[in-house]
Amino acid sequence: MKPDRALLLHLAVIAALFAMQYVLPAYHQGNLARILVLATFATGYNILFGYTGLLSLGHALFFAAGMYGAGMTMRFLDWPALAAFPAGIVAATLLAGMIGALALRTTGVAFMIVTLMFAQAGYLTILYFNEFTRGDEGFVIVQATRNILGFDLSNDDVRFVAAWLIFSVGLLVALAVVRSRMGRVLVAIRENEERTRMLGFDPFPYKLSAVALSGAYAGAAGAAYALLFGSVGASFASIQYSIEPLLFVLLGGTGVVLGPLVGAIVIFYLIEYAREVTTAYLIVVGVALVLLILFARKGVLGSLRRRTDGWLP
Amino acid sequence: MTLLSARNLVKDFGGLRAVNVEAFDLPAGEIRAVIGPNGAGKTTFVSLLCGRLPPSSGTIRFEDTDITRLPAHERVARGIAYTFQITSIYPNLSLLDNVMLPAQRRASLNGTADAAARAAEALERVGLTDRAQEMAGVQAYGHQRLLEVAMGLALSPKLLILDEPTQGLAEGEIETFIALIRDVAQDATVLLIEHNMSVVMALAERITVMNFGEVLAEGTPDEIRANTDVQTAYLGG
Ligand SMILES: Nc1ncnc2c1ncn2[C@@H]1O[C@H](COP(=O)(O)OP(=O)(O)O)[C@@H](O)[C@H]1O
Ligand SMILES: [Mg+2]
Repeated sequence: MKPDRALLLHLAVIAALFAMQYVLPAYHQGNLARILVLATFATGYNILFGYTGLLSLGHALFFAAGMYGAGMTMRFLDWPALAAFPAGIVAATLLAGMIGALALRTTGVAFMIVTLMFAQAGYLTILYFNEFTRGDEGFVIVQATRNILGFDLSNDDVRFVAAWLIFSVGLLVALAVVRSRMGRVLVAIRENEERTRMLGFDPFPYKLSAVALSGAYAGAAGAAYALLFGSVGASFASIQYSIEPLLFVLLGGTGVVLGPLVGAIVIFYLIEYAREVTTAYLIVVGVALVLLILFARKGVLGSLRRRTDGWLP
Repeated sequence: MTLLSARNLVKDFGGLRAVNVEAFDLPAGEIRAVIGPNGAGKTTFVSLLCGRLPPSSGTIRFEDTDITRLPAHERVARGIAYTFQITSIYPNLSLLDNVMLPAQRRASLNGTADAAARAAEALERVGLTDRAQEMAGVQAYGHQRLLEVAMGLALSPKLLILDEPTQGLAEGEIETFIALIRDVAQDATVLLIEHNMSVVMALAERITVMNFGEVLAEGTPDEIRANTDVQTAYLGG
């Protein structure tokens, strides 16, 4: 049997990321933990945007749903972190499923606007119920409760491994999904929806699954963020967190499983260094995107893929 | 046995009545050609049959079931396949991946695991096996047309609707195509919209002539050739 090149590559990336904790100084290790959580978010977003061709501007809401799903069950119900984490995922997935069912009545720009409006409504709702949500200034999850099976998630090394684990599972699931029968149908819908319908596929359940799955990723990332970094707040439901996964995917390569990781690393450090130079650091991100669109429209890995006969999934 | 029938089928686009067919019956096993001048409503008519467009009024029955309200994908599941007049393939996928999708759909509908064999057979039948791994979008126009047909074949339809399949094919390719459709018709009913009259005469058992959205005449090739209405409306006589 031919070795599964794509699987080997992804496993190698996962192994290399794990090894980073022994190589990187503490500061960058902390950064990488944060990047891996955000890359998990974007990996799910890529299934929706990159593979299915649906551009959502509302995924911050699902990130926040994961965050609040975990944070609120811990704060008000005293759930242990081990139960709060899946609670966050379930909350985000259900919300994504409901919003998806409504938003998918539209396509194209209308879909972007509808998802954006839902997310803004969610953001304002969190602020409206400030008494419970502490939306405006956020709340901190008590450090003592942030542990799973005896591992203290606020410890730098544990935090890194936890972020790595979540990202790795997310990456391998994404790889399996895009190479599955369902993944092929998602790509077919992206490439030519009417054709796909006339081949006997009902696009709606596939698109809805893609929204819900990307919502689950957003929820897992949001819940992980709450548990690993201890903060929960409305700002994570703001438009910035809807744009971020889109940027990561665009820069790394739409429709490439590893794209969001590359995009997240590049943009994270781009902002990091730009911040040192100027307060208008977002201009730097804007310039980077313009350059990208001019010179590498398919993103870093998307451009690379064309030289690999397309075997990179 | 009648495989498909339509009654009082109407499609309006704003003020334009693009289709107004009182009665249309297609017996199982037949090769039927639909001819008519550009804008006669042929594409719109078959789009109503396959569910790409909803009718303004009227009914469509397939195998004695009313399918008028069924969405397109469910009609495909029942055995109606449509190939587009304007080539509609997946340009960024390989030829094999293009036929793999309908092959998978049929396999899962049948509950069998023969998708790969189906896909390979569909490419084989249109003579594109050698190019299976190439991108669809870079193929010559004629090959894209054949791929379009192969995607229909991979669905193993009971009714194959072909919308001007020979448009843009070279002489030699048309010969092969005629042989292919004869072969397909062994176990499927074929509804063929066609401009090339030699293809129509070579294949069709009966011909339906459309003009201004209505059925102007229907009959055997000989009857249609002899029909003076058709001569004036279509054959430019
Ligand atoms: N989507 C549409 N919207 C408005 N008018 C249409 C549409 N599709 C077709 N038509 C009109 O309906 C008539 C029939 O078109 P069509 O079915 O494509 O004819 P044919 O296939 O016989 O050339 C034409 O006048 C065409 O302009
Ligand atoms: Mg037409």
